[in-house]
Amino acid sequence: MKLTINGTTTELDTEPDMPLLWALRDFLGLRGTKYGCGKGLCGACTVHLDGQPRRSCQLTVADAASGEITTIEGLSGDGSHPLQQAWRDFNVPQCGYCQSGQLMSASALLASNPAPSDAEINTAMAGNLCRCGTYPRIRAAIRSVAADAASGAGASAAEDGA
Amino acid sequence: MSTLTRVSRRRFLQLTGLTATGLVLGAVMPRNRALAGILDEAAGAQLNLFVSVTADGSVEIIAHRSEMGTGIRTSLPQVVADEMEADWHRVKVIQAHADARYGSQNTDGSRSVRDFYHIMRQMGATARALLEQAAALTWQVPVEECTARNHAVYHSGGGSLGFGELAARAAELPVPAPESLRLKDSADFRYIGQSVPIVDLRDMTTGNTTYGIDVHLPGMLYASIERTPWLQGRIASYDSSAALKVKGVLDVVELVAVAGAPGFNPIEGVAVIATNNHSALKGRVALKVNWRKSEHSDHDSGAYLDELAARVEGGTGEVRRQRGDVDAALASAASVVEATYRTPYLAHASMEPPVATARVTDERCEIWACTQTPQATQRAVAEALELDVAAVTVHVTLLGGGFGRKSKPDFSVEAARLASHVGKPVQVVWSREDDIRHDYFHACSAQHFKGALDDTGKVTAWLAREASPPIGSTFDTSVRRNGSGGLSQGFANVPFAVPNLRVESHEAPGHVRIGWLRSVYNIPYAFGVGSFVDELAHAAGVDPAEFWLQLIGEDRFLDFSADGFEYSNYGRDIAEYPFATARTKNVIRELVGSIPWGEKLPPGQGWGLSVVNSFLSDVAVASKVEVRDGRLRVLELHGVIDAGRVVNPDRVHAQMEGGMIFGLSLALNGEITFAGGEAAQSNFHDYPIARMDQVPAVIRSHIVASDAAPTGVGEPPTPPTAPAIANAVFAATGRRIRELPLGKHFSV
Ligand code: FES
Ligand code: FES
Repeated sequence: MKLTINGTTTELDTEPDMPLLWALRDFLGLRGTKYGCGKGLCGACTVHLDGQPRRSCQLTVADAASGEITTIEGLSGDGSHPLQQAWRDFNVPQCGYCQSGQLMSASALLASNPAPSDAEINTAMAGNLCRCGTYPRIRAAIRSVAADAASGAGASAAEDGA
Repeated sequence: MSTLTRVSRRRFLQLTGLTATGLVLGAVMPRNRALAGILDEAAGAQLNLFVSVTADGSVEIIAHRSEMGTGIRTSLPQVVADEMEADWHRVKVIQAHADARYGSQNTDGSRSVRDFYHIMRQMGATARALLEQAAALTWQVPVEECTARNHAVYHSGGGSLGFGELAARAAELPVPAPESLRLKDSADFRYIGQSVPIVDLRDMTTGNTTYGIDVHLPGMLYASIERTPWLQGRIASYDSSAALKVKGVLDVVELVAVAGAPGFNPIEGVAVIATNNHSALKGRVALKVNWRKSEHSDHDSGAYLDELAARVEGGTGEVRRQRGDVDAALASAASVVEATYRTPYLAHASMEPPVATARVTDERCEIWACTQTPQATQRAVAEALELDVAAVTVHVTLLGGGFGRKSKPDFSVEAARLASHVGKPVQVVWSREDDIRHDYFHACSAQHFKGALDDTGKVTAWLAREASPPIGSTFDTSVRRNGSGGLSQGFANVPFAVPNLRVESHEAPGHVRIGWLRSVYNIPYAFGVGSFVDELAHAAGVDPAEFWLQLIGEDRFLDFSADGFEYSNYGRDIAEYPFATARTKNVIRELVGSIPWGEKLPPGQGWGLSVVNSFLSDVAVASKVEVRDGRLRVLELHGVIDAGRVVNPDRVHAQMEGGMIFGLSLALNGEITFAGGEAAQSNFHDYPIARMDQVPAVIRSHIVASDAAPTGVGEPPTPPTAPAIANAVFAATGRRIRELPLGKHFSV
C-alpha cells in the first residue's frame, strides 16, 4: 500500500484495516500524532486528509491511501505556520500532549474559514479535548491569526485599489 | 564510589554541608553514558548535583521534577540560572533520572517550587561562587574582585572570562559552605518573577516531543492488558488461542497480582504482546478471560453513597475537631440550617494514558515512563524484579498530564515484568478504556452540615460530618476512615470564627482503588463547605462575599491544635507557613473588587463565589452563570491566587486558567459510577471532560503580589471552582444543587 504523507510517498506493509494513527506511530516513526481515545472522541490524533481534518484513529490506512496526508510534522516542516507561531506567542501548551491535534484542527479551520467567529471556533474545536484546560489560549491564538489574516488581506486589497 | 567521580579527594572531604533537605551542595551525579537513552545526558563539567558547564559555555541544569504541564521543567531551572547569573539562552535543561540524591522527585502535592525554591537558589549560588573563585585563581586576584554577571565573570579592574572558560577549573574547586553563600537580592533577579517561555514550547508546537507513549527502542514490542474489572478480582481461566492467531500477536502472558492491599501493584490481568499497538488491541478483543469475583464485585456506587449519606445524617461520628458546645448552640439557635452534599468518584483521564517502556538485560532494568514519581518507580520495579534499586534506571519522559494518576508506578511494574518475561523491550500502553475503568479513583463523599444562626444572622455553631473512602485503604485495607491528612484538606481546617464548632468523620470502607486527583480531598470538601457557607449566607440574608469575610472573622493565625485537631499543614511547620486569615480574606476582597459583584443581572443569571486555602495557598473563584430552559452555561470565571512569591507568572496564570477549567469540568460532567463492582464509564463519551464550547469566553486570573515564601500553584485553583459555579446557579435560579455533577440536573 502506498501512502502520501507530508509530501512523501511511502510504501507500507500493514493490514488495510490498521488505523492510520498506529501506522504513523508504530511503523513510520511519526509520533507527533497522539493517541487519546481511539474512538474519535478526543481529537489528539487529528491529521489532514486532502486538507480536511480527520481523526487518524478512525481512518484506516486503506482510506488514507486515497489522498494526501499531512501530520503535525508536515504542517510547516519548520514550525513556522502562523498558528504554530501564535501558539508560542500565547504560550498555549501546558503538558502539550493534545496540541498536535489542536493545531491540526485549527489549521484546517483557518484554511477553510480564515476569519471564523468565536462560535465557529468553538464548534470546529469542540472535538479536540485538552485536559489541561488550554482552551482560552487556543481560542486567543486562533483569533490572533484570523485577525492578522484579515488585516493582511485588508492591506493587500488596499494596495490593489491604489 | 561513583557518585564522586569528578570530585577530588580534597573536595570530597569538604562535602560536609547539607541543606535543609539533605541535598549535598557539591555532590555530582555519576555518568551513565553506557545506558544513555533517548533523553539527554549532561555533558559538561559538573559544579554540583544540578549544574554542569560545557567548555563551549552551555550551562546544563537538571530538572529533577516531572513535567506534566505546570512548567516546572522551566521554573526551577529558571531559579538556578538566575542565582548563578547564567544567560537563559545558553541554558540547556536536562531531565534527571530517578536518583535519591536529588531529594524528593515525587512531583505531587503542589510542592515543587515550595520545597525547592530555596535549594535551587543555593545550587545556583554555589555554581556562581565556584565560577568566581575559578576566575580569581586564573587572574591571581582576591575573589572579592570577581563578579559573575550574565554568563561571565568580570574583574573589577576590567577583563572577563566566560563560564565555559572557567568550567573545568571551577569543577575541581572545594565547594563553598552553605553559610558562606551569598544569595542575590530580589531586586537583582533576572529571571525569577519573569514569564520565561517553557523550554519545550517549540517542540510542543511541532510534534517533536517525547512523552511516555513516544518512546521507541529497537526491537520493542507493545503490550495491551485485559485487567480484572473488580478490585481484588483474579483470573479464573483464559483462552488465548484466538488472540494468538491475530497477525502481529506474539505472546499472551498472565500477570498475576501480588497478594494484599492494592498499593502500587499492577492489577491482575492477561497481557497481549504484539509487534504494534493495533495488533495488541485486536488480540485483546479476541482474548477470552473468566474472572474470579472478589468481595468487591457487587460494589454499587449509588447504594454506597446512599449509605454514606445515611451515616452522616444519622449520627455522631468520630470527633476530630471541637470547640464550645455545638449541641447546646444548635438547640438555642434562632434558626438552624442543614444540608447534605454528595460528590461522586472521579477519574483522572490525563490526555496521555499511563504508558511505560522497559528493557531488562543482564540483571539490569531500564524504564522510560511518564511518571510523576521516578524514585517510587525505581523501587517498585526493583522489588518486582528482585533487583537492587541501583540496577534500575528510570528515564523520565514528558507527561501528557498526570493529575496524580502517574504518581503510581504500577504501569512501569507491568512493563518491567513483561519485558523480563519476553526478553525484549516492552511498552505497555493503557488504552483510554483501561485508564478510565482501572483508575486509582478519586474518592466519592457524603457530607452533612448544620449551622446555627442567631437573630442577627451570625453563625453560632458549625457542625460538619463526612464519610469518604480513605486513600489509606488502597495501602492498608483495614483503614476505613479518613485520617487527619485527608481532613486537613478543607474539612476540619475551616478558618471560621465560630464559637461552637465540631467536625466528625464516619467510616467509608474502600471498594475501589482510591487515589488522588488534582487537589485531592479539597475537591469534595470545598464543594460541601463552599456550598454550605453560601446557604448560610442566604439564610442570614447577607451578601455571600461579606458573609465569608464575617465568618472568617478577624485577622489571626489559626491554631487548630487548640480545638484538638492535628492539622497537617501539607507537611510543613505551621510556624514557617502560618494559616493567616488575613490572606484568605484578601483574596476574597481582591476578587470581588475585580468583578461587578453585586450587579443587577437579568433573570436566569447569577454570580457565585467560593474560597479555599489549600497547599498553603489561598484561591478565591467567582463564576457568572446563566440557566435558561434547563440549560446551564458558565459565562465567566475569575480567580485570585495568593501563592507567595511567584517564579513564572505566566505559568501561574496558566495553572489558574487550567485549574479552574479542571474544576468546571468536574462540576459539570465528572462522575464515575460502579455497578456490579465495575466502573460503568470507559471513554470520553460517557466520562466527558470539558470541551472548548463549555469553557467561558471570559476567564481571568489575578496573582496577589507577594514576597512571602512560595506556596502551591498546580492544585489550589481547582477546589473553589465547583462551589463557585453551584452557588452562582443558586443565585441565578434559586435551586440549590447539593450533588455533583451539575450535568445531572441541567443540560450542560
Ligand atoms: S485518539 Fe483519535 S480521536 Fe482520540
Ligand atoms: S495541554 Fe495538556 S492536554 Fe492539552
